Amino acid sequence: MSTTAATPPGASASPSGRAAYAAIRNPAVDMSESTVRPGFDPASWDMVGSLNLSLQLPTGQVLIELADAGRDDIVVCTADLGRPTQVINFGRRFPHRYFNFGIAERNMIGAAAGLATTGFTPFISNYSFFLALMGAENIRNDLAYTNLRVRMVGTHSGIAMGFYGTSHHCCEDIGLLRAIANLVVMAPCDANAIRAALPAMLDHDGPVYFRCGRGREAPVYDAPPAWRLGGSTMLRDGRHATLFAIGTLVKAGLDAHEILAREGISLRVVDLYSIKPIDRSAILAAAKEHGVLFTGEEHNVVSGLGSAVAEVLAEAGAGARLVRIGLDDQYSILGPPTHLYRHYGLDGEGVAAKVKAALGKAG
Amino acid sequence: MAARPRRNTTNAMLAEKAKMIRRETVKLTDICGSGHYGSAFSMAELVAALYYEFLHVRPEEPLWADRDRFTMGKGHAAIGHFPVLADLGFFSWEELYTYTRLGSPFGDHPDMRKVKGADFSSGSIGHNLSVSVGMALGLRLRGSPARVVCLMGDGEQAEGQVWEAAMSAAHWRLAGLVGIVDINAVGSDGAVAETMNNEPLHEKWAAFGWRVRRIDGHDLDAVCDALDWALNRAEDRPSVILADTIAGKGVSFMERTWQWHLGFLGPEDRDRALAEIEKGLA
Repeated sequence: MSTTAATPPGASASPSGRAAYAAIRNPAVDMSESTVRPGFDPASWDMVGSLNLSLQLPTGQVLIELADAGRDDIVVCTADLGRPTQVINFGRRFPHRYFNFGIAERNMIGAAAGLATTGFTPFISNYSFFLALMGAENIRNDLAYTNLRVRMVGTHSGIAMGFYGTSHHCCEDIGLLRAIANLVVMAPCDANAIRAALPAMLDHDGPVYFRCGRGREAPVYDAPPAWRLGGSTMLRDGRHATLFAIGTLVKAGLDAHEILAREGISLRVVDLYSIKPIDRSAILAAAKEHGVLFTGEEHNVVSGLGSAVAEVLAEAGAGARLVRIGLDDQYSILGPPTHLYRHYGLDGEGVAAKVKAALGKAG
Repeated sequence: MAARPRRNTTNAMLAEKAKMIRRETVKLTDICGSGHYGSAFSMAELVAALYYEFLHVRPEEPLWADRDRFTMGKGHAAIGHFPVLADLGFFSWEELYTYTRLGSPFGDHPDMRKVKGADFSSGSIGHNLSVSVGMALGLRLRGSPARVVCLMGDGEQAEGQVWEAAMSAAHWRLAGLVGIVDINAVGSDGAVAETMNNEPLHEKWAAFGWRVRRIDGHDLDAVCDALDWALNRAEDRPSVILADTIAGKGVSFMERTWQWHLGFLGPEDRDRALAEIEKGLA
């Protein structure tokens, strides 16, 4: 890696910009836990360039491939977030089928509904916090009540936006959206999951919300996994307990599996990607085999995946104990995302510690 | 200015259809005990002219791909829209008279999945111009000649989303999109101008890049001329018709009062109202 200091883009870079640039070039600054360090381009220090790091958000590429395969009905909508949500490449390829609404999410959702009534399959690609939280009523009335074939890809969910703060965190979308009838809620946890999910749900007769990450998280799958409505994927089997996870907690669960294995604890890890409808049989099987179940999500434990699993357990009278791992009904503090994951115990070590503690208490 | 020649109707025919809208609104309200009289009466001439003179629809093929679309921003006036759809044959009068009964397709606000001829569901104010923008984009992308008309209320103009939609329609030069604002001046809480003034509407819509005409929404010549201007003589951008109307128009004791935005007529008043409606507009 070159150590030559390069000029940041824009000759009239502000002093604060220069200071930030100097800081990141300063070897005294510890970047070891930054999410943008691997492959970060020190020459450009460029937001657009840095988006190339979002390798786990292949939405635009997947849609281009589907369109190339003859799906002329695919159109893409965004609200001034085509670059960070990685669909701008679709717009370059199919400019007439790419609609950037500017920062007007509600209008975008309504117009996507209108497009769907004329035979198109709109994909909305936007930050989850603006799409799902601001747009919840429009999603409900325009897409779900009407049961239209609109697909939403809500990115940067959970606390992945770190120090951007609470307005840019999204720990409520699952709770809000799974309360909406007709709406399918799914969480692809990495690029291969998105590659599986979008084609698998392309012809689903109704609206679908895909809850995705920021695109910079560590990958889970080597290839697109099997994907079905109400499905789940067991990634590791285990004898002592089961973790049902989504998003970044899937990778954390895999890490926890390794940590616990060294201590003789065998943790089953299930990617419970279909949040609504949910894989009841996988949950009830785990409840029968293991006395303690865990859920992991970058979401408020109130109303999220943990609540969805709890509903299944309670209604079935399954009797297993459930530990919900997530944000404990509070707003996240701000900080770099990886620091936050550690702070809230949402990384492998954090999950492993919670599993150990619960199993210890359970005897 | 002389009225342009009609293709399908005369003023007398349209006046009869407007009477039907008002009469059926009263009858339907009788079934359920509550209805948005004021909003249905104010739009009667606008809706009659649209459906019987201008819109291309096929009652026998409600989802015909190239049909003109009509969306109800002011979904609470569906009670005045359903009778037109029944009259055109989208469904029977017997079906319509299940209005609001348990499990009926017909409620106070339209459900596109249940009501044939309803191009979109409505009820949450401010949504349907956005939906209409999407319809116009989709129809243009398909090369369809179909047009999209969105009827809004004047109280609806307070919704920020209306202006998001207006901005986008002008940005994409949606010539096939027509907005109509039924300016009946009355909202749920009283006079729109007192609750939240939205004037000057002409300047606002013009500033957002729309062609604008302001007319008397009960004058059938003016209504037809404006619809012809908007639908048949479209240019390179969307058009909006600002129609000054009277809430409760056609029944003297209901006119211009917020009390009849939503309400119920007792038997005597109902008969008085029906008698006035049959006389027609002065």
